Amino acid sequence: MSPRGALTLFTVLALLSGCDDMTVQPKAGAWSPEATLVTPPQDTVAWGDAALKPPPLTLALLQRGQQRFRIDCTPCHSELGDGNGMVVQRGFPAPPSYHIDRLRQAPTQHFYDVMTDGYGAMYSFAGRVSPPDRWAIAAYIRALQLSQHPPATAVQTSR
Amino acid sequence: MAAIFSPAANLAAKLGLIGAAGLVLGGMSWWWLWPRTDYVRHNSWFVEQPVPFSHQHHVAGLGIDCRFCHTTVETAGDAGMPPTYTCMTCHSQVWTNAAMLAPVRESLANNTPIPWRRVTDLPDYVYFNHKIHIAKGVGCESCHGTMQDMPLSQKARSLTMGFCLNCHRDPAPNLRPPEAIYDTDWQRTPDTPSPAALAQQYHVGGRTLTDCSICHR
Repeated sequence: MSPRGALTLFTVLALLSGCDDMTVQPKAGAWSPEATLVTPPQDTVAWGDAALKPPPLTLALLQRGQQRFRIDCTPCHSELGDGNGMVVQRGFPAPPSYHIDRLRQAPTQHFYDVMTDGYGAMYSFAGRVSPPDRWAIAAYIRALQLSQHPPATAVQTSR
Repeated sequence: MAAIFSPAANLAAKLGLIGAAGLVLGGMSWWWLWPRTDYVRHNSWFVEQPVPFSHQHHVAGLGIDCRFCHTTVETAGDAGMPPTYTCMTCHSQVWTNAAMLAPVRESLANNTPIPWRRVTDLPDYVYFNHKIHIAKGVGCESCHGTMQDMPLSQKARSLTMGFCLNCHRDPAPNLRPPEAIYDTDWQRTPDTPSPAALAQQYHVGGRTLTDCSICHR
């Protein structure tokens, strides 16, 4: 190709490149239709979703649990855990209060399992709440129960 | 010999010159102004959705946290669109016969996603990561506006390169305390740590945020 021809080609290409500003590129984004319909093979467990042993009880765990509880649980269970959240006030069947004997005596694992598998009208939260966060929320539910039903000795010493 | 131009030609020539100048100036203003209009930038545009989802009802009315649905906003680049399963967490029990929600029920029954249309979209040559903005104290409202006042979602900011750079050049005034990040009504109060203190708390400022490769990778 002669230098003049190359120059012409370059000029034409340079001008044409302005025609597409590449705002929309033919690549699959996270939410493009072809990317969304991926079904995992049967009997596979999502990465990081395997069951975990309960972590040690720390203040940080409770604070994390409180934060996640207020995001994922309060719409129905309310911040108090009495099962009278805003969505319940708008017609969702009321969940049981945490402050009943059956749930006070239930093992902490029970709350973890309910979050994983759902219970009654409650859907599973496994896709939304990671296993460590499920333990954190379960721990916070325990703290809520204690807050509404403290042992008599604890009340007396605080006076 | 008769004059070539009649006296009226003076006026015609003047009008012609003024018209030509006006045309050039008007064209240039148009060329400059048109891309900056809200119309072209889709600023404050509503987007028609398969289901007319109201953030106003769900956020302001019911008090549902952003992260109930946008679950990955703290952990991934993408804030996450809720799957139909999340909608049905409540709507399997509430408004179960509403015609408005038929596409949601069909989506769950047929295992096909609801084709939501993007409201806030950046050009494909821009890299944006939600996680780092949340972790460094930028509130949702800074880019998405007061979502809790929107009966239908609309794009609230221009999201031009100038908009991004405006903050990347001087991020401190746009930082919030961690507890205010999801609060679309948050206002700075006398008790709020100063912008400089927040920047220090979040370790913002150690890196040149205006480098090309920050956003174009």
